[in-house]
Amino acid sequence: MSKTHVTTTINGEPAEFLAEAGLTLLDALRDEVGLTGTKEGCGSGDCGACSVIVDGRLVCSCLMLAVEAEGSTIETIEGVATGDTLHPLQRKFIEYAALQCGFCTPGFLVAAKSLLEKNNNPTETEVRFWLAGNLCRCTGYDKIVRAVMDAAAEMRGA
Amino acid sequence: MTYIGNKSDLRVVGTRPDRPDGVDKVTGRAIYGADFRLAGQLVGRILRSPHAHAKIIKIDTSKARALPGVKAVMTAQDMPNITSEESFVGEGPTNFRDQSLNVMARDKVLYEGHAVAAVAAMSPSIAEAALALIEVTYEVLPHVIDVEEAMAPGAPILDETLFTAGVDPKPTTPSNIAKKIILKSGDIDAGFAKADIIAEGRYVTAAVHQAYIEPHACVATIGADGQATVYASSQGHFMIRAFCAKLLGMEISNIRVIPLEIGGGFGGKTIVYLEPVALTLSKMAGKPVKLVMTREEVFRASGPTSGAVVEVKMGAMKDGTIVAAQAVLKYQAGAFPGSPVQPGLMCAFAMYDIPNVHLTGYDVISNRAKVAAYRAPGAPISSYAAEQVVDDLARQLGMDAITIREKNAAKAGTKTVYGVTFPEIGYEAVLAAAKSHAHWKAPLGKNQGRGIATGFWFNIGGESSASVFVNEDGSVSVVSGSPDIGGSRASMAMMAAEVLGIPVANVRPIIGDTASIGFTNVTGGSRVTYATGMATVQATEKVIEQLKQRAAMIWDISPDAVDWKDGQAVPAGANAGGFDPLSLAAIAAKAGKTGGPIGSEVSVNAQGAGPGFGAHICDVEVDRETGQTTILRYTAIQDVGRAIHPSYVEGQIQGGAVQGIGWALNEEYIYDAKGKMDNAGFLDYRVPVASDLPMIEAVLVEVPNTRHPFGVRGVGEVPIVPPMAAIGNAVRDAIGIRMHSLPMSPPKVRKALDSGQG
Amino acid sequence: MPKVVISGSTCRAFTGGVSELEVTADTVGRMVRELDQRFPGLGHHVAEFMAVAIDGVIFQDAYSEKLPEHAEIVLIPKIGAG
Ligand code: FES
Ligand code: FES
Repeated sequence: MSKTHVTTTINGEPAEFLAEAGLTLLDALRDEVGLTGTKEGCGSGDCGACSVIVDGRLVCSCLMLAVEAEGSTIETIEGVATGDTLHPLQRKFIEYAALQCGFCTPGFLVAAKSLLEKNNNPTETEVRFWLAGNLCRCTGYDKIVRAVMDAAAEMRGA
Repeated sequence: MTYIGNKSDLRVVGTRPDRPDGVDKVTGRAIYGADFRLAGQLVGRILRSPHAHAKIIKIDTSKARALPGVKAVMTAQDMPNITSEESFVGEGPTNFRDQSLNVMARDKVLYEGHAVAAVAAMSPSIAEAALALIEVTYEVLPHVIDVEEAMAPGAPILDETLFTAGVDPKPTTPSNIAKKIILKSGDIDAGFAKADIIAEGRYVTAAVHQAYIEPHACVATIGADGQATVYASSQGHFMIRAFCAKLLGMEISNIRVIPLEIGGGFGGKTIVYLEPVALTLSKMAGKPVKLVMTREEVFRASGPTSGAVVEVKMGAMKDGTIVAAQAVLKYQAGAFPGSPVQPGLMCAFAMYDIPNVHLTGYDVISNRAKVAAYRAPGAPISSYAAEQVVDDLARQLGMDAITIREKNAAKAGTKTVYGVTFPEIGYEAVLAAAKSHAHWKAPLGKNQGRGIATGFWFNIGGESSASVFVNEDGSVSVVSGSPDIGGSRASMAMMAAEVLGIPVANVRPIIGDTASIGFTNVTGGSRVTYATGMATVQATEKVIEQLKQRAAMIWDISPDAVDWKDGQAVPAGANAGGFDPLSLAAIAAKAGKTGGPIGSEVSVNAQGAGPGFGAHICDVEVDRETGQTTILRYTAIQDVGRAIHPSYVEGQIQGGAVQGIGWALNEEYIYDAKGKMDNAGFLDYRVPVASDLPMIEAVLVEVPNTRHPFGVRGVGEVPIVPPMAAIGNAVRDAIGIRMHSLPMSPPKVRKALDSGQG
Repeated sequence: MPKVVISGSTCRAFTGGVSELEVTADTVGRMVRELDQRFPGLGHHVAEFMAVAIDGVIFQDAYSEKLPEHAEIVLIPKIGAG
């Protein structure tokens, strides 16, 4: 099967890979680029474990074809921290014990980051609805919602 | 040694430090099952039955084998045909033959999604093309899905060699009822004769899936010398080793299993599906093989827990004393025997001291995926029925729902129907905490209702190993055999740090593979903090003994004259000599000169149990137009013995409660007329999402378990037991109608509102 | 002598309905052997699938555990995990 050459920017670095026509962006990230922090929970757009930000928009990378990413800028969980410095969301997730198994965590962090970039002062309801596309089976969401709210507060300097 | 004493003396236990694996898990560095790869690995795929019940007449794999890029094609013929052998492997009784047939069907497929063949190929697209080229000839047989239909005479029989166990005389015709169990105490008829009031009900629950977000995944490789390594995420790598050895006829010493991070299990990852297949393919292809399930495969072919029919009848006297309780439990086992009906029976009325109890259980096979353990296996189902009948008793008597439970509460010395006498337990403390909680008295609005329900789980110990090493710089490594699902690295490190008297940051906990630490049972049954914690504490204590000896050697005094205090060796008294304390680091630096490295491994088979009890209070609002039930407020109270890391204990309780909320309101396996699952995806099998829920308040009650050095009881299982009944009772309170089947989905509630019957 | 209570129907199938008996054994391991001698097959069944509650406390796979002189030993199914 012939492959298409795809050029992107991932977490600020140029990244190129070859993609079969049916390859999802998720599989390209995980298998071609080697960034396995983005997870597959369903492959059908229903769990959010594969959340990444493409050109500023939150997407399920399992629903996007890799070839569609040509020329785009992609942010994954591996780019959320700056060097050794964790993003406030990452710190708050640890502090609040907002992860148990941690499998949903990359997706939640990417989704929450995209929320806070749009709305730096969300209500609990706004957080819950924004994150409704991300499934967590371990925590019951309580500590996740608290961690996101507190990270937002910290980032506002509140 | 016990450290239960005074809670305020503890410095590490009871605090909330950052978990040691936190950074890895928030940055994407942690390696889960599907993240792992070996150079040259092949892609494996499994062909699954499209039929609910069929004979396999023929499997022709020749075209698939001929496809370029295909390196191996296997069927059950490539695995040993093992004989029936029952054993108890961690999660419950199991029959290796059934496990083998579940991993790969031999003569018959027993459910849609049952594996029939597998391939290993150079790429995913080649593997998929190969699956399409495998020709299976089936003779489709009549199927049965429903538990009571499967029990009825004339039902399609799944296994002609299965005769109901536990009935006298031995049956002569095969049946889908694998087992009938009776458990009783007192005299049930006399009990009911004494009762002033009777409440009863027939309740139906749907099969629900554990729905861990990480699908099953593994990489297996086996050399020409027969030495195999399996990399997998599971609740127990020793379990994987044991199953692979049995199912493939291998020596245990030839299999090494390396645990990867696990993305949730809840009981569902206590058995194998993929590993024996990956090993067989790897052997045939001479290369590593990776297998990862899709979400659809997870739903169709890995274990849900039983759906069931439960009939409960209870009798009480006017003053609220429950004098008789009777239940019949019919649990689906899936395609092979082994539903959790036994613990379902044992837990049904365990919260109460009832003199006359009669319980009957049926383990029933049908054309569904074989059930696997799911959090407090069996207990949520029977409690769902029993706790609603208790609510009805209270309503008939006009009694407060907590008061009737207090009146009949099990306590230290209460003898359960299964013969155990409870030690010090916290059920009464839990009820008291519920009664005094503001939630219980808060006002309710229109169409709103409140319910309470309680639950019990055994919390058994079992086999665990841990080793503790002092590194050259005085830092400490703790290795245990328990995969970390919900923060057990943190609790092991904390217990070791507490005993040693050092900061938890100086302790690095890791999970050892099957070749580097002693045997350890699965992470499940809420046993890790109890049993593996016990091994860790004992190993740490042995290390302290060594540290004291080394200090004694350095000071040239008797080891008896050395004390261990606040992370340092100190002279035991004025007579011992006037030495300055020796820190862990100072002793470690001299380890080579005083006898070599300092470390100790301890393996235990932790006995006794720390019975756990919880009470959940729930407020709902029912939309009379749509039938939609919304959870307004939720409080989960539980006796945890002692919380090592309270945040993770709360997390267990919150997570369990929310799984129960899903079970109560949305989740169910739906089958079409052909016996195929209709909703094998997260879109149609709807687990709770953040916007469905309020905050879940977890209230920790601490009645220490004297059998554990810190007083730990297991916590993970209990919180899934009460929610369904708590919500059922709340819905009853809101709409005046008792709902009798799960899930209490909007159409069902709508119908109940229209007809006046639930 | 310690008294063994057999409450479940599965074990009673081995004993022909006997639901209570005294044993001379003084440890769990010896009790398993004694039960097997008296009711062939029961020992194996108990060893593999049953736990014992000795005066109310549950023990699984604990052959060395002592049986006090007047202990009540209840055979209960082993408890697994989720
Ligand atoms: S894997 Fe993309 S949404 Fe689940
Ligand atoms: S922490 Fe396990 S799924 Fe969210």
